[in-house]
Amino acid sequence: MTLRPLHLIFCAGLLVTAGCGPLFDIRKAMYDQPKYEPLEVTDFFGDRRSARPLIDGTVAQGHIQLDDHLYLGLEEEDGDFRQAQTYPFPITADDLNRGEEMYNIHCSVCHGKSGHGNGMVVRRGYKEAPSYHRDVLRNAPPGYFIGVINNGFGQMASYSHQIPVEDRWRIVAYIQTLQRSQFANVEDLEAIQVFIEEPITEHSSPEHANEH
Amino acid sequence: MSSQLFTSKHNTLARLSLLLFVAGAAGFLGFMDMLHRSSYVRYTKVRREQPVPFSHKHHTNLGIDCRYCHTSVETSSFANVPPTQTCMNCHNVMWKESDMLGPVRESWETGESLEWTRVNDLPDFVYFNHSIHVNNGIGCATCHGRVDQMALTWREKPLFMKWCLECHRDPAQFVRPDDKIFDMAFDPKSLPLEERQALVEEYGIDTSNQRLTNCSICHR
Ligand code: HEC
Ligand code: HEC
Ligand code: HEC
Ligand code: HEC
Ligand code: HEC
Ligand code: HEC
Repeated sequence: MTLRPLHLIFCAGLLVTAGCGPLFDIRKAMYDQPKYEPLEVTDFFGDRRSARPLIDGTVAQGHIQLDDHLYLGLEEEDGDFRQAQTYPFPITADDLNRGEEMYNIHCSVCHGKSGHGNGMVVRRGYKEAPSYHRDVLRNAPPGYFIGVINNGFGQMASYSHQIPVEDRWRIVAYIQTLQRSQFANVEDLEAIQVFIEEPITEHSSPEHANEH
Repeated sequence: MSSQLFTSKHNTLARLSLLLFVAGAAGFLGFMDMLHRSSYVRYTKVRREQPVPFSHKHHTNLGIDCRYCHTSVETSSFANVPPTQTCMNCHNVMWKESDMLGPVRESWETGESLEWTRVNDLPDFVYFNHSIHVNNGIGCATCHGRVDQMALTWREKPLFMKWCLECHRDPAQFVRPDDKIFDMAFDPKSLPLEERQALVEEYGIDTSNQRLTNCSICHR
């Protein structure tokens, strides 16, 4: 029997079909390369996490938190620590806008847009969140709020894992603005005038600018 | 009787089988192409099984912003899928007994991660970055559809290269104002074209010299 075109074509067909398998494997290998995207699962480690948790007692580069004022909301006075009465950086109009945005994302679901504690999730049965307009909270320094965001409070969980530290301070500035807004008087209008034109006074909170 | 194995009749047969083979090959390629584009391979609009039947519809209807959970979408390439801790912010108190939330509580107690099924996944040879899109006037809904109406999340677009390019050639079709990025119901086409072109200018999106269709911005 001699080779005929038909046989050749038949063989070529077989080759193409057989070749397709590995060909798809090669494409697959490029689709899913031996590298890890964020949060990708691995079989290498027992807990299946490709992003390794920190070993106890170590600090990731660039993540050392030496500034107690910024990170913990604490100030040193006469060798003692107390809740910070001031902000670690000047609060500008941009900071307040960012604070408003962040507050509405992370806090308003429970505390409500105006801070009265009647957010949507509370209305669906979460423990009632206290109003920010009670006297105790109106007189609390910024450091107190930072403490609550960092550590949680009663039923409320800590929010430090989902809000960058500067934004936590901006949220506090916005909360203090909300508080002020509920008890505003005529002099405040002048303050607002100043505020629109330039940043509020350096290193002082809207709340404490009032205490003199 | 001739000693020939093939008679002249077989000539036609041979030609016919050639034709059949070509048609078959074309059909096969066509089929593979269809398969490649199909939702069977692409998972387009296919609701994906998840370890917990998490519903975007329920949660965004409560007024929870995307960024409550997808915390890094504005600042990094990766949007972030929330850790168990984020769910426990609310579910430590609410629906504490719900069976559906069993895996969440288990993950919280054992410290083992919930393994969410990836819904949108580009091949590893493509570079994608959320922050650059979100900060340049492209809303979540343009790429992900009405996530706020999805009970189980699905992939809205097949994520073909031509889809990326369609927008990169002419972003003015899709841009929206800065305060509408997270507004799922907003339709960019509701703005007149001139206004969208002005937005492209405002964001400083530079499409000159085919910069945005250069292979190396996506295949780095
Ligand atoms: C899931 C709902 C929820 C969210 C979201 C939430 N809170 Fe709370 N918060 C509560 C509840 C409930 C309480 C009261 C806790 C208690 O008394 O057990 C509370 C208490 C507080 C208190 C303490 C009040 C006091 O009596 O001293 C402050 C301050 C506070 N929250 C600030 C915030 C800030 C800032 C955010 C956003 C970063 C936030 N909360 C987000 C539910 C929430
Ligand atoms: C309460 C937390 C929460 C909120 C709020 C939330 N998401 Fe999600 N999102 C998740 C979780 C958990 C997943 C993973 C499970 C899944 O895919 O359904 C997810 C997945 C997604 C995915 C698919 C990710 C993938 O695997 O490709 C997209 C897209 C998405 N979310 C968009 C949005 C948008 C847009 C919003 C705002 C309208 C939003 N999400 C609000 C928790 C949330
Ligand atoms: C800000 C509060 C909040 C957060 C954060 C949150 N949920 Fe929920 N979740 C709710 C509320 C409120 C409901 C009830 C919804 C309703 O009544 O429409 C709910 C309902 C559910 C249900 C349905 C429960 C049932 O038995 O019907 C599931 C499942 C669920 N959530 C999963 C999750 C997961 C997973 C996460 C984390 C990615 C999460 N939730 C984060 C508030 C929250
Ligand atoms: C230009 C289109 C585009 C826009 C706009 C966009 N996404 Fe995505 N998103 C994608 C693509 C593509 C992927 C898959 C990325 C990958 O596989 O690397 C993705 C993946 C995700 C994921 C899975 C985790 C990740 O980062 O891979 C989440 C969550 C998500 N998007 C949420 C959002 C939210 C929330 C918004 C709006 C703020 C948004 N996306 C806007 C295209 C987009
Ligand atoms: C709806 C419109 C739209 C879609 C869809 C889209 N992009 Fe983009 N993309 C943009 C815009 C707008 C920019 C911003 C360009 C600028 O800053 O000048 C951008 C920028 C980028 C950049 C950064 C370019 C640079 O400046 O270095 C990358 C990378 C990118 N896109 C990848 C993708 C990929 C991959 C896809 C498909 C999965 C995609 N994009 C889909 C609109 C889009
Ligand atoms: C805007 C982003 C973007 C640009 C620019 C881009 N690509 Fe792609 N490319 C993609 C995406 C996304 C895919 C994955 C498509 C898929 O999953 O089918 C892809 C896939 C590919 C593939 C593999 C196709 C396959 O099915 O395996 C090749 C080859 C490729 N691109 C070549 C190029 C070349 C050449 C250029 C320049 C002319 C280019 N790309 C420019 C986004 C881009």
